[in-house]
Amino acid sequence: MKWLALAILAAIPFALPSQSLVNIAMLTAFSAFLGQCWNIAGGFGGLTSFGHAVFFGTGAYTGAILQTRYGLNPWLGLPAGFLLGAAVGAGIGAASFRAGLRGSYFALVTLAFAEVFRVLSNSTDFTRGGLGINIPLNLSWQNFQFADRRATYAVVLALLVLATAAATWLTRSRFGARLAALRENEDAASALGVDLVQTKTLALALSGGLTAMAGVVYAQTYLYIDPTIAFGSERSVEMLLVAMIGGAGTVWGPLLGAVVLHLVADISRNFITTPGFAPMLYGVVLLLIIALLPQGLAGLWATLRERIRRA
Amino acid sequence: MTEIVIAGLVNGILIGGVYALVALGLTLIYGVLHIVNFAHGSLLMVAMFAAWLLAEKAGLSPYAALPVVSLGMFALGWALYRFVIGRVSRGEDRAILLATLGVAVVLDNLFLTIFGGDTRQIETDLTFAMWEIGPLLLSVPKLIAFVVSLALATALWAFMARTDTGRAIRAVAKEPEGARLMGIRPDRIFALAYGIGIACLGAAACLLLPSFFVSPHVGNVFVLVAFTIVVLGGMGSFPGAVVGGLLIGVTESLGGLVLGESLGPIGISLVFIAVLLFRPTGLFGAAR
Repeated sequence: MKWLALAILAAIPFALPSQSLVNIAMLTAFSAFLGQCWNIAGGFGGLTSFGHAVFFGTGAYTGAILQTRYGLNPWLGLPAGFLLGAAVGAGIGAASFRAGLRGSYFALVTLAFAEVFRVLSNSTDFTRGGLGINIPLNLSWQNFQFADRRATYAVVLALLVLATAAATWLTRSRFGARLAALRENEDAASALGVDLVQTKTLALALSGGLTAMAGVVYAQTYLYIDPTIAFGSERSVEMLLVAMIGGAGTVWGPLLGAVVLHLVADISRNFITTPGFAPMLYGVVLLLIIALLPQGLAGLWATLRERIRRA
Repeated sequence: MTEIVIAGLVNGILIGGVYALVALGLTLIYGVLHIVNFAHGSLLMVAMFAAWLLAEKAGLSPYAALPVVSLGMFALGWALYRFVIGRVSRGEDRAILLATLGVAVVLDNLFLTIFGGDTRQIETDLTFAMWEIGPLLLSVPKLIAFVVSLALATALWAFMARTDTGRAIRAVAKEPEGARLMGIRPDRIFALAYGIGIACLGAAACLLLPSFFVSPHVGNVFVLVAFTIVVLGGMGSFPGAVVGGLLIGVTESLGGLVLGESLGPIGISLVFIAVLLFRPTGLFGAAR
């Protein structure tokens, strides 16, 4: 039942009459995808990252450079981005977890890695420095550029399904159980033989690889990236907000979080259009969620259902 | 060539003094409350806007405004802990970290909404004043900032070491439960320590303003710098924050000189990552 309802909901945008409505649906699905990517490490693994833009930017630059410098087909950006993003995640994870970083220290070190990547991309010729990279316009599906937003939406939706499947797998697999055990009690899980460094590193690599694919899609949609778009902290914060507001460590949380954030943005735009107003509201929502609903909106749903069942 | 390096070195030490003051607030908050105050950069931005407004609308020089802004920031920090951060977090580490991030997001975007994204600056009589010592040219506002910052750092250290309140704060930092049994109320001390940490930002903002710009994003410039200093010096260590501040000031200044304008800032992030990975207790931190 739930699956059917979701499938119908996800299919509605294909029937929408205007491109701008489809665009809103696409952006919401894109946020949900990003939130789900963060959720895989930050929610299920408890690896609170403040620097997931490092993966997003890696993917965006991978896709853009492969086609503008080496003339490869842009679709190759998706697998290449996944591999490189996963490699960056594995590298950061292995270094940080081997050093025993967790909690706030891990959050800060991810932020620093994103900053290192931002500065590097801003100052090397290979990434065209602060100028950023323009991807030449060539609208055709073979070229991974779509005139119709519905096609972009379809790609984003497919990636969202993929990430959500990965999240579901984490709730059912042995690997997911090991990850959850480490999140709840590192010492106890390690004592029972869970390999801390390996498990957490794999989770970060999976999360990083998926996040990088979002970067590839971004580059193909807007045909321009620069160091701030790719590695700026705003992207990291957005990913975290979506997952935390919806419910970190739940399969459906990021979907709820993305819908709520885009509703807040679209409604608030009708009142105040100054830049900064909608993000300020996101911050307020985050504070309210931490204070009142530590399990996020998905947790609220579970609590309500429990109450109804008991009544 | 040597002259350029020496000039860079001196400049780095001067700016490092202000960095030390910013980091002192952060390390105090960490040492007492054991929380990572991610809103530190944003609160510095708020203080800089306060100093800028006082200069622009009331014609008050940032140096004259220093006590007012510091007191105001103390009140803001105290209230922020009492009514927001302390409330929402229920003592969980991750919730506190995210709460301070939430406060940073709200403050940055509130000021972006009100003031727009432009950078602003004020010009005082001293902004471009230079002091010549032999071949060296020293910027007077930076020199003032350095001297006052170190004086304030010393005063704060004396306050912590010599007064009853300072002792109470240190007692709560070491052993909150024991302090409570001695009649100290930890929740009050937490709000007080957070307020003092933020008051440091008020002073730092007034000292920075004559030679630095203000914008809603200016906190991002300082947040990583401040954390780098604090982990380099050892989380919670006062002398560590001062020495770390000077070291990072020099690293930044020489990094810019050697690596150029765009690649220069990488030095700080690399120091930060290296310290966290290889010596997480920092230079002065006790091993845990």
